[in-house]
Amino acid sequence: MMRPYVPKDNVQAKAYYTDRFWVAPRVPEEPVPEEGVYAEDLAAVKAKCEVLKAYIQRDQLVIYINPEDNVEVLRILKEERWYEMLSEMSAVDFLAQRGGFEIFYQILNLNTAKRIRVKCFVKEDQAIESVNPLYRSADWAEREMWDLLGVKVNNHPYLKRLIMPDDWEGHPLRKTYPLEGDEFAQWYEVDKIFGKEARDIIGPENRDPARVDRYDTERFARLGHEVPKGAPVDEGSATPVQYQEEEGVFMIEKFNKAPKVLDKRK
Amino acid sequence: MQQTNKLRPFFENLEFEREDNHMVINFGPQHPSAHGQLRLILELDGEQVVRAVPDIGYLHRGMEKMAENMIYNEFLPTTDRMDYIAATSNNYGFALAVEKLIGLEVPRRAKVIRTILLELNRIISHLFWLATHALDIGAMSVFLYCFREREFAMDLMEDYCGARLTHSAVRIGGVPLDLPEGWLGALAKFVNELPKNIKDYEDLLTENRIWRMRLEGVGVVPPEMAKSWGCTGIMLRGSGIEYDIRKEEPYELYDELEFDIPVTDSCDSYGRYLLYMEEMRQSVRIIQQLIAMYDDTPPELMAHAPQYISAPKEDIMTQNYSLMQHFVLVTQGMRPPVGEVYVPTESPKGELGFYINSQGDPYPYRLKMRAPSFWHCGILQDLLPGTYIADIVTIIGSTNIVFGEIDR
Repeated sequence: MMRPYVPKDNVQAKAYYTDRFWVAPRVPEEPVPEEGVYAEDLAAVKAKCEVLKAYIQRDQLVIYINPEDNVEVLRILKEERWYEMLSEMSAVDFLAQRGGFEIFYQILNLNTAKRIRVKCFVKEDQAIESVNPLYRSADWAEREMWDLLGVKVNNHPYLKRLIMPDDWEGHPLRKTYPLEGDEFAQWYEVDKIFGKEARDIIGPENRDPARVDRYDTERFARLGHEVPKGAPVDEGSATPVQYQEEEGVFMIEKFNKAPKVLDKRK
Repeated sequence: MQQTNKLRPFFENLEFEREDNHMVINFGPQHPSAHGQLRLILELDGEQVVRAVPDIGYLHRGMEKMAENMIYNEFLPTTDRMDYIAATSNNYGFALAVEKLIGLEVPRRAKVIRTILLELNRIISHLFWLATHALDIGAMSVFLYCFREREFAMDLMEDYCGARLTHSAVRIGGVPLDLPEGWLGALAKFVNELPKNIKDYEDLLTENRIWRMRLEGVGVVPPEMAKSWGCTGIMLRGSGIEYDIRKEEPYELYDELEFDIPVTDSCDSYGRYLLYMEEMRQSVRIIQQLIAMYDDTPPELMAHAPQYISAPKEDIMTQNYSLMQHFVLVTQGMRPPVGEVYVPTESPKGELGFYINSQGDPYPYRLKMRAPSFWHCGILQDLLPGTYIADIVTIIGSTNIVFGEIDR
């Protein structure tokens, strides 16, 4: 039997059913109107920098620019068009599809209550210039972006991990990073406090908080019938679990199944 | 078995003994006045702060990662755990973002209920803020009074949705339940009583000499700094900039409601305290208008969009096609169109925004939560230098940060 193919470049949850004839609808991308605030904003940017694409999506202007122009474009929008607040910035991981990240800057004009999303695309090893001198809020946003996605930022005053510990390895929000964490994450505490050699003694961390070990009499009395704490569990005294159905209920019966593959390998 | 040399703590290469007589101390991460797991690394010259480095991440649960691995409806209860003081505002922010992505219009009754819940949550959050802020500064009795009123408000939330703290009272496309019998009466009683209670708090605090000495001129955020740091909500309005998303970019029923946005240009903690008190009064005013609106609304609670939202329970139990669609939506999840949205809402703490990048899958491709407290915590590194160590607690309290949404 062939092992099912699991893509390594995106290990996030996948839809288990897809219809290959289904074409996903798209959120409409409307052209920028000839007149109005957004038209003037766009004209101001276009006068000095190259705009790759511009459209209006759900009432907000989206501008695609070259990553080298990010500081200049934001400077124009801030100083000439009064977009004085950077409300959010981060990146989206497109490493698998296009080998890079899409960075977005969400800026707000407090006078007109208009919002613009400035976007640019950087390759994985390409660094983006920090916009910290323009907006102080970029300080933490860029640190977080570096920490969680590994987007490099040039000339940041204090580019250090913000949310993960300083000695962390890997960038957790990348699509290649599994939800349960990689090996480093799984053994982080054990390796740090006791050393790698203690892995066998301590065992892996339980990363499934909902897991119930029905033979564990130390932390839970055995499900089904109560036994004293720490009572020995021998082969013959398996917990009797009775179901209305003969072979057990959907899902529940799978809990006791022995892993077939491992048995054969033994 | 434990090897002591491996237990050496990691102090970010900070020197604790220095030649210039500065002292470096850790404030937190376990400090009762830090409002969560905030670690501040403070460099002190005597009692004056020279440098402050906020260190966060002690409550990081990877919500954005979790969102990428959950269907949209599955993720909604997780948003409760962001700003757990006012959980409905997070639920609502997320639900609104998904609705905007799909392009969904919510029935009017659901809008009324949601707006009531949002404002009730604002009152709960502000009461909690006043209680803990006053307690930090040393006014114990205000804490007790505020928690008494907050208890009544939380009882109302419990009567509506069964939960006191993690409400999940909003669904994508509407609300799951209609208001229970007699709930509006109880709510009216609560909001009619509240202004009297607010006056009691003000009698205790506003002209209190100690309170004014501790708050006036402390934590001054100039307007430029507030804008540059992305401050929103009361942090922004306390610096003299009138910007409230409920007024400027109205969502839900806020464009039909009459309410004022209090602004002050004192820029200090005392000004912000006054704004909190006034905002509670305005929330009372909004709720009183909404109670009157409720009766005229048609009984639909969830939007009709079979591709995205399950049909009402009666339809599911009686009509085959509704049952099939419900099954697909529960097991596979809805598939919003390809595109991206950024939707801001005015949570009690400030601008709560959800950026969703959808690739047409049942899972969001990227979900970024713009939590107001994140920036209000970052500003501490510019706000604290120059202040005295006794004012740190006041300033942290005045920024109204909550760590569930900073670390996410």
